[in-house]
Amino acid sequence: MSFELFSNLIGAFFTLCIFSFLYKDNPLYQMAEQLLVGLSVGYSLVLTYHRVFIPYVYQPIVIRHQFMLIIPFLIGVLYLTRLTRKLSWLSRYPIAFSVMGVGSSFALSLHTAILVQMRQAMVPLESINLTLIFIGTITVLLYFFFSKAHSGTYGKFVNVGKWYMMIGFGASFGLTVMARVSLLIGRIQFLVLDVLGLMK
Amino acid sequence: MKKTIPMMIVMIGGLIWLFWAFSPHYIMQEDFLYKFYIPWSWAMIPPATILGIISLSMMHKAKIQRRAHKWQYSFFFFAGFITITLAGFLGGTQKGGLYMWMFENMQMPMSATMFALLAFYMASAAYKAFRARSPEATVLLLAAIIVMLAQVPIGTRISKYLPDISQWILDVPNLASKRGIMLGVGLGSIATSLKILLGIERSYLGGGD
Repeated sequence: MSFELFSNLIGAFFTLCIFSFLYKDNPLYQMAEQLLVGLSVGYSLVLTYHRVFIPYVYQPIVIRHQFMLIIPFLIGVLYLTRLTRKLSWLSRYPIAFSVMGVGSSFALSLHTAILVQMRQAMVPLESINLTLIFIGTITVLLYFFFSKAHSGTYGKFVNVGKWYMMIGFGASFGLTVMARVSLLIGRIQFLVLDVLGLMK
Repeated sequence: MKKTIPMMIVMIGGLIWLFWAFSPHYIMQEDFLYKFYIPWSWAMIPPATILGIISLSMMHKAKIQRRAHKWQYSFFFFAGFITITLAGFLGGTQKGGLYMWMFENMQMPMSATMFALLAFYMASAAYKAFRARSPEATVLLLAAIIVMLAQVPIGTRISKYLPDISQWILDVPNLASKRGIMLGVGLGSIATSLKILLGIERSYLGGGD
């Protein structure tokens, strides 16, 4: 048995362990599930060490003598105080440092989600499609305006927004299902071509 | 000290970030962002990762000690975690080593299968939820079917217009609905950011004193 076939058989075994959940919850699936979590955590730990700790903490401090970076590292260490009951309040300091980025999200949301979208929506209505997009945007926005009751003529107008959203959700659902199905095809191709192909 | 200083860090730091978004000055764009905030943020990541791992390990350790439901499987968590970590630290992360072998032949097939498994659950959930009980549900179902069929060869066999209809659905009604939702989300995001900046929203500080 070649090493490639052995590797593919291991992959096929764990693939089938996960697929066995389609029949019912079973020990093989439970084993594979916990193993997957352990492997993912270990993988990310090693990756964090090589891709983050070495280039952003060790090398700047020890090799380039940028001692200022000891401060954020020590602030980061305060995350670990979360594990103690008495000192857990200290973990708020590194959290606060991360949350302060919310100031940028204020401006960036204003730009990307409001200004750019409004600019794209307020174009000359030169075609049927542009008119339909404009009507859709307005009615969807009004659907989420709850200060006025959705009744009478206004209610009928707002209802158009609901239809637009249903089409949008359907399209999103269709795209998501197809993405998952392509993954499924990939796994079946692995089992049929890579594993069974090598075994022939 | 316990809550006020972290809150002040968020408020003052948030205002600096707000100033960064509107100021093209090099002190904000270069010094603040590239020399201060990004290196400091990176330096804080390793301890946060350690915290997550310790927390998960403690949970599994307690499960084994208490002989909780399905405690035996927690050993597989430790087996996977310890083996790949030792392989990564002792053997290196290069291709051909045990670390990458475990990633390519164990972790990757399992996680891809996990996501592939969702195709079945989405199909069964869709069957339960989308049965054409109302006109709106019918529209949703039709849009989903058209978009799905247009992506596979059988779709063009059914009708050569199907890909064009699917593209129109994505470009017109889908775009309008997503834009309307995005505007709403943007307004909500701005309101939440303002509440945090002004110290009204403090849930990120957690409970306790």
